[in-house]
Amino acid sequence: MSSVMVARIKQKRIAELISKGMRLDGRDITEYREVKLEMGVVERAEGSAHVRLGKTEVMVGIKIELGEPYADAPEQGVLTVNTELVPLASPSFEPGPPNENAIEIARVVDRGVRESKAIALEKLCAVPGKKVFVVFVDVYVLNHDGNLIDASALAALAALLNTKMRKYEVKDEGVKMKSGYTQLPVANHPIAVTLAKINDKLVVDPSLEEEQIMDARLTITTGKDGKVCAVQKGGYGYFTKGQILEAVIIAKEKAKELRKLVVKE
Amino acid sequence: MNIPRKKSEKLIDKNGIRADGRKPDELRPVKLEVGVLGNADGSAYFQQGKNKILAAVYGPQEVHPRHLTIPDRALIRCRYHMAPFSVDERKHPAPSRREIELSKVVRGALEPSVFVEYYPRTSIDIFTEVLQADGGTRCASITTASLALADAGIPMRDLVVACAAGKIDGQLVLDLNDVEDKMGEADMPVALMPNYNAITLLQMDGQLTSKDLEKVLNLALDGCKQLYILQKEALKSKYVAVKEEVKE
Repeated sequence: MSSVMVARIKQKRIAELISKGMRLDGRDITEYREVKLEMGVVERAEGSAHVRLGKTEVMVGIKIELGEPYADAPEQGVLTVNTELVPLASPSFEPGPPNENAIEIARVVDRGVRESKAIALEKLCAVPGKKVFVVFVDVYVLNHDGNLIDASALAALAALLNTKMRKYEVKDEGVKMKSGYTQLPVANHPIAVTLAKINDKLVVDPSLEEEQIMDARLTITTGKDGKVCAVQKGGYGYFTKGQILEAVIIAKEKAKELRKLVVKE
Repeated sequence: MNIPRKKSEKLIDKNGIRADGRKPDELRPVKLEVGVLGNADGSAYFQQGKNKILAAVYGPQEVHPRHLTIPDRALIRCRYHMAPFSVDERKHPAPSRREIELSKVVRGALEPSVFVEYYPRTSIDIFTEVLQADGGTRCASITTASLALADAGIPMRDLVVACAAGKIDGQLVLDLNDVEDKMGEADMPVALMPNYNAITLLQMDGQLTSKDLEKVLNLALDGCKQLYILQKEALKSKYVAVKEEVKE
């Protein structure tokens, strides 16, 4: 994913420590880096959030526009997730249309939000079959230090929770905007947890250096009821069945912790 | 996508038989052929129910563009692509975001099986074309591409075989077709290197409890093992055919 090189000696050290259950930055193998969260950072956007996961930084902005529904779902709003790996975030990011890494992040975030039914899309229909609201979730990576998926998913959820929609009225199939705002209906709180496999051990929230040496990664997204709603294996290694089931248990626990940071009960 | 479902449509009837006549743990009928294309170094064709998949492998060969060369191993590139006529509504031939993601995960599923360190500074290019799609095409592409790699004579640890399982109408089922995938509750594609018990692809969308997730995973792995037998037979039968030709 990146041209950031890790010296062989450092690679060896990281792997050695992990096999003893320790990590180079002093974290426990199931410990996240410090999460810092700000909401409502862009006034022009209907919703926004800025997440810091250690040195990884991701901003998400939500825009809502009127549009046409999909033919196979005429009474539902539309959700669109896009990720931009902007060149200021890493020496390995290049300008241009989203590459496979950006698309993968967007699609994993999308799957979590969609499959957990986080946004009540049926409530975003203004004129059935003609006019619905389109929710654009734009993920903007500002600094890349590993685990972009979790940071992006967390920022997307935080931004959705902070999204306001203009009030509107429907007259003769025309939609007229009114003054005042309502909260975007958010029904579930999906949290993505990524684990990297290094030396046959599972490590939560891999840093960029850990991502360079990992065999494979597994992202598990769970909803607030504890159900798994999206899974994605990445990287060019493999997992055993035991490791996958272990990862699901860890991911569920970690998701609970992360959810508390975003959702205030 | 959430398609509002008509109440009359049932994916599984009261006798536990699916709309296409299969039992919950039954695979679709399969036809596998190896070495079907003239120009490719390796190729294979897979028919699985209505799915029709063609895969070709070129390489190991010189890397183009050159700067992508990896000094100590082969570069594996993968393209998953659907023909415009493979689905009901014509698909634009340009690669969609879905196809770009799937190309990446298919590569991730196949790469662990290849001894990439045997061919430094080369590329191995894998192309899969979905000629007709009926659900589970990423899995079918992996199964086909792995045979094409073997047919190209590339040293591999094991074949990779893939199969999906999921949940429809509250029941856990194997090898979902298109309708079951779209209307069902969950779908989990899995790829396996059977001799290593190594899972090289795992995705899921839908909603599953951890218990169901384990059951669905087991179901998919069983499906992979059944397909693996057919995959091996297909590979062998190419050489049996050659042997018979020589005898004649």
